[in-house]
Amino acid sequence: MSTLLEITELQTHFLSERGAVKAVDGVSFTVNRGEVLAVVGESGSGKSVTGLSVMGLIDKPGKVVGGTMQFDGQDLSSLSPEAMRQLRGNRIAMIFQDPMMTLNPVLRVDTQMIETLRAHRDISKKDAWTLCRDALARVGIPAPDERMRSYPHQFSGGMRQRVAIAIALLNDPDLLIADEPTTALDVTIQAQILALVQGLVTERGMGVMWVTHDLSVVAGFADRVVVMYAGEVVEEGPVDRVISQPTHPYTLGLIGSVPSRNKRGAPLTQIPGSTPSPINRGTACRFMPRCRFAQTKCEEHPPLIESATGASRCWFQDEVAAQSREVA
Amino acid sequence: MTIASVTPPPVPKPGAIEGEAPWRGIVREFAKSWTAMFGLILLVLIVLIAIFAPLLSPQNPYDLASLSIMDNRLPPGETGWSGMTFVLGTDGQGRDMLSAIMYGLRISLGVGVVSCTIALFIGLAAGLAAAYFGGRVDTIIMRIVDLHLSFPAILIALILLAVLGRGIDKIIIALIVVQWATFARTVRGAALAERRKEYIEAAQCLGLPQWRIVFGHLLPNCMPPMMVIFTVEIASAIALEATLSFLGVGLPITQPSLGLLISNGFQFILSGQYWISVYPGIALLVLIVAINLVGDHLRDVLNPRNAQ
Amino acid sequence: MVFVIRRLLQAVLIALVMSVLVFAGVFAVGNPADILIDPEATQTDRLRLIQQFGLDRPLHEQYFIFLGNVLQGDFGNSFVFNRPALHIIFERMPATLELAFAAILIAVVIGIPLGLWAGLRPNAFSSKTIMAGSILGFSLPNFWQGIMLILLFSVTLGWLPVTGRGPVGEFLGIRSSFFTLEGLRHLALPAFNLAVGLLALVIRLTRAGTLEVMPQDFIRFARAKGLRERRVIFIHLLRNILIPVVTVVGMSFGGLIAFAVVTETIFAWPGMGKLIIDSINVLDRPIIVAYLMVIVLVFILLNLIVDILYSIIDPRIRLEEAGQ
Repeated sequence: MSTLLEITELQTHFLSERGAVKAVDGVSFTVNRGEVLAVVGESGSGKSVTGLSVMGLIDKPGKVVGGTMQFDGQDLSSLSPEAMRQLRGNRIAMIFQDPMMTLNPVLRVDTQMIETLRAHRDISKKDAWTLCRDALARVGIPAPDERMRSYPHQFSGGMRQRVAIAIALLNDPDLLIADEPTTALDVTIQAQILALVQGLVTERGMGVMWVTHDLSVVAGFADRVVVMYAGEVVEEGPVDRVISQPTHPYTLGLIGSVPSRNKRGAPLTQIPGSTPSPINRGTACRFMPRCRFAQTKCEEHPPLIESATGASRCWFQDEVAAQSREVA
Repeated sequence: MTIASVTPPPVPKPGAIEGEAPWRGIVREFAKSWTAMFGLILLVLIVLIAIFAPLLSPQNPYDLASLSIMDNRLPPGETGWSGMTFVLGTDGQGRDMLSAIMYGLRISLGVGVVSCTIALFIGLAAGLAAAYFGGRVDTIIMRIVDLHLSFPAILIALILLAVLGRGIDKIIIALIVVQWATFARTVRGAALAERRKEYIEAAQCLGLPQWRIVFGHLLPNCMPPMMVIFTVEIASAIALEATLSFLGVGLPITQPSLGLLISNGFQFILSGQYWISVYPGIALLVLIVAINLVGDHLRDVLNPRNAQ
Repeated sequence: MVFVIRRLLQAVLIALVMSVLVFAGVFAVGNPADILIDPEATQTDRLRLIQQFGLDRPLHEQYFIFLGNVLQGDFGNSFVFNRPALHIIFERMPATLELAFAAILIAVVIGIPLGLWAGLRPNAFSSKTIMAGSILGFSLPNFWQGIMLILLFSVTLGWLPVTGRGPVGEFLGIRSSFFTLEGLRHLALPAFNLAVGLLALVIRLTRAGTLEVMPQDFIRFARAKGLRERRVIFIHLLRNILIPVVTVVGMSFGGLIAFAVVTETIFAWPGMGKLIIDSINVLDRPIIVAYLMVIVLVFILLNLIVDILYSIIDPRIRLEEAGQ
């Protein structure tokens, strides 16, 4: 599998009166072709900002201040705004969390689809219309000819997310960034959307970066997982290994807080405390104040330590692994 | 349990400190904005000038004996026949513009404040009645208010003055008629929001007399938004009076408000004698901007529930 | 459809109420004979007119005579022009409408770009200047601002004519100052004078709308689709802002016609507004009554049109209506 996107030491900060808010503070990971990478973390961990940084869609006062993003051999941060625009929606596409809000309420669906095609290639409106209608049909929207002429408010939430997916995939992107696209949906619809994306991904062999706060959603769907905490990656590895045998205490806590089928009756655990201030995180391990494995060693910020089955940013990853084996 | 224990819950004010009288917090909050303080100081200054115009002005502009027609239309800074220097020049009758403006401020402010105060009381009565009695009373009052507000103020005033004729009493009547509806709608909104609260229900259950509920509880809670509307409406009343006087349907020439002064100077504009119109206009503009600065910031500080 | 009929009935009711008010104002206050009959008329003329208007009959009968006359468009002859009052009003109406349209054009063409600019760069110095200007636009008394325009552009700079309406050209059967250069030069100052308040309002609405819409997800999604910034702003953003702006501009049309009274007086623009002020000053009562009834009807009609249009423009509102 060849590397599609390689992010190295990415730093995205938001300038505020009280200092720079370091939303993304040294993040590195790769997305390969034909692979689904899940980026998991709680709100404020910097996972969404990472996705938007790749898209070049960080709004002021935010700014990518450090690191590199190599997409298919090109350094994204060195591209001109126009070159970046030509990439967006064409080779890198994105879908967002709330399907109620991603479509423009006052424009018809056909307008919003056709413009996506015509922003990237010279195509007649008529041909574009046909392509778009077929795209709607492919994401499972009944009576696509009629639906093309509808306004977004005439669709249900799940149907709107299907339209958004159809739009994102119109130009056959190499990389799809999905920012919690199922969070706002009912569980049954969630499953439908996951199945739909999975089908489309295998069919086209594109890379997917699936941002979510819910590890269980991507359990059967992702190939690899990157867990983010306080603006950095704390654990990385194949999805099955990370879920069955986490090596970072934060991941362990995340898994413990999910209701599980095979441990009926066991109490849910929760992670005590909250994330450190994104303005000044100090020099210790960022998870230390909430960690039950913490020792004096943790006063020193740990690097991402690679192992045979991924990587973990914990001085005591073997102890954590042992504990998680015990729990399982 | 005594009746006296039924008191409205304290309304939290921005910047309020526990145990402090609420108005103190408001004053402190207000003083934080320098634009608002600037407006307030300016306004106080203008009011003082208006009140003490007879003492402050270099000339009594309406004492014909002190005017000399020889001094007419002197540009600003010129010294006249009688040896007097006219800082802002003179008008067509040789009247000192500075003095005329001071007296004009008096009339403009006076008409604005009087008409707004009366309109406030009418609006208060109508709005409270609508909110308290509800039902048909509310429907009738609010229908009239809505109909009223769908026509521009200047049109209503013009219609009235066309029928009534000119005169200071008539323009005050016209301004009252124009403005009461705005007050009524604001009061009703504020009172309705308050009426739905539980302590009013509690007061009713305790058999508190109606007048105590209306005047003791509903009325005080309508005051913050009323203060805001009152200031802003004075500004628009002054502007409207000036406009109507300029059009020649407002005040008679014996009551020279700022609008009339501007109107008198208009005929000399084409010959380049700008000062007769321009200076009263600047006075009017400063007055309106000062009131609006104060009103705008009052709105922010008091944060009326039904601010639009 | 039910909605339209209900609104129509409401409009007729309001028109009747207003006719009673105008009647009460003119006939019930003071001596109607003085109001309706030229003070210089001879005694025999007076008696004849009293007969004609039924001024010797009971009040309610007088109202029905008044209403009948109004419905036939008969407001009596103007004392000054000695012609039917309504004809004179209709002669003056095009000039006023032209002024109001020009003002709307100015407010929209200048106001929307300025509001967009201020909304897209809310912290820039230029934006703060625009917003300060719009506050001034609200505070400046209209008539004084008109005088200042004359002083600056006509007296001092000498660029534009002082007063009056220029020659009218004809295009597609419409006669208007828009079609001659001299006409446009005459139109510029009065139209801008009338537009200032609305211009300030349009700037504020557009800015507020921009600030509200820009952070929304659909704008971010439009960018994620790789659309050009031009399209994001002029299609995705503007379409959303336009609904409230169009509504406000539509509803302000009546206010413009009312405020034209001031502008027309300053610039000696021969429209209805100048006519009514002149008529009030010479006590030409038939014209005043006719103007009042015409303006009331114009207002009722405008409100009706705006209400119906509004339900057509916004697809979401249409749906809610249907759902009820």
